[in-house]
Amino acid sequence: MIQFEKVTKKFGSIVALKEVSFEIKKGEFVFLTGPSGAGKTTVIRLLLGEYLPSSGEIRVGEDKINKIPSRKLFLYRRKIGVVFQDYKLLEDKTVEENVALPLEIRNLSNREIKEKVKEILEQVGLTQRSHLFPAQLAGGELQRTCLARAIITEPEILLADEPTGNLDPKTSLEMIKLFKKVNEKGTTILMATHNREIVDSLKTRVIELEKGEIIRDEKEGKYHCKSNNSSREADKNV
Amino acid sequence: MFRNFKHHLFRSPYQSMAAILVISLSLFLISVFFLIGMGFRGILQYFESRPQIIIYLKDEATSQAVDLLKAKIEGSGKAKEVEYVSKEKALSIYRELFKDKPLLLEMVTAKILPASLEVSPNNLDCVHDIVEMVKGESIVEDLEYEEDVITNLQKLTTVLKKVGIGIAGFLLFVSVLIVLVVLGMRIFQRKEEIEILKLLGAARCYIYFPLYLEGIFYGVMGALISWGFSYLALYYSTPFLKNFLLGIPLLPVSFLFMLKLLAGLIILGSFVGLLGSLLAVLRSSRSIR
Repeated sequence: MIQFEKVTKKFGSIVALKEVSFEIKKGEFVFLTGPSGAGKTTVIRLLLGEYLPSSGEIRVGEDKINKIPSRKLFLYRRKIGVVFQDYKLLEDKTVEENVALPLEIRNLSNREIKEKVKEILEQVGLTQRSHLFPAQLAGGELQRTCLARAIITEPEILLADEPTGNLDPKTSLEMIKLFKKVNEKGTTILMATHNREIVDSLKTRVIELEKGEIIRDEKEGKYHCKSNNSSREADKNV
Repeated sequence: MFRNFKHHLFRSPYQSMAAILVISLSLFLISVFFLIGMGFRGILQYFESRPQIIIYLKDEATSQAVDLLKAKIEGSGKAKEVEYVSKEKALSIYRELFKDKPLLLEMVTAKILPASLEVSPNNLDCVHDIVEMVKGESIVEDLEYEEDVITNLQKLTTVLKKVGIGIAGFLLFVSVLIVLVVLGMRIFQRKEEIEILKLLGAARCYIYFPLYLEGIFYGVMGALISWGFSYLALYYSTPFLKNFLLGIPLLPVSFLFMLKLLAGLIILGSFVGLLGSLLAVLRSSRSIR
């Protein structure tokens, strides 16, 4: 489903990723862990097509990301759902308008949009909040809105960049339950995270990055085995 | 997309108003230059269509001598038409011209008006040749020709056309810049929104079509406002201009002509708005893949 083959990404003289190779199969739930600056967000952004790799090849399904021209990138992005740490919701749109956005972009009829939005808001428990604006919501509600927007198109792949980074432990676990439900329906999930508790609770595949290189790839891994002590301390505080 | 266009248009109404007013001003000045240019063209055509040489004949000129002179001019191949105007015909022309002023008609009889030959030369270059040819003839009392008037009018029209094109080009350039700046600011304000839309898989046309529409809207509104002002200016200056252009059938300008002007302004305005928005999008889209 997702294949990185000797992918290197440089920003000037800084090497963000160095010959990274891994493969994620359809339906897998994979955590991408590592300290800040390890290259987790770079992996997510490369998968979104925001950056092009400096060398190596990235395949997602049938698509070779390096080969997709800018004008056709939107078609590729429609196959992927994405959840951001900073939510990236439109402040002047309500919860239901934000969630409806991917369907509007795809030119679905108003009736279809209404039905799907209603259904998805029920799934994430935001029916009562549908007419509120992002500024009126709590962190967990904002992240659930973001998740609803990401999965409303039923994408094959869901990317999440630190989705629990701004949430308290209890809300984080609730969010992870929602992600798990999405995964059980067959969606492949790649989640970059710092959160030890959620990684340990799911006992699923963990890819650990450090200084742009993969230092661990375990099938039923736990959070953080090989990183240094200072970053462990930082993680405890999350 | 149309809902987005409406939403963004009214998000910063003063910016929109500024863009519309600048386009209106530019198109108004362009339409004024166009109308003046068309007026000069009309005047020139009027003078060119009239006989440009009038040969006044002596009272004692016999009809045989007049016929000979007429044949000589026609035979030279430099005149399209040569018409004899008798004293009686001259009187009737005079009466028609001053029919509203009986005082000027009272004292005038056919006797005091000279007979004449009215010559329409093939082109302006022939005027001089024909004048030289008939100047020494014994039956010629006097000569009147409008070579200088036409040459000056032609020069003036050419200068006006060049100045008009120069000023119009400059004004259109300023208008495009204003649309570019206003929509550039709009894109900058929406930078995060555009980035989010791109990440969600929005096509370029979904993101930028409302901006193109906005540019065209500015142009069309500018065209309507400028046309309205041009029409009012022409309407209220028509009585004055009519006195000034006595006998030249230019005014009033037909409504159909003004509608054609409106269509032209709308096309020009839309082009300016679209070009400004295209440049604004091109400038901004480089920053986000």
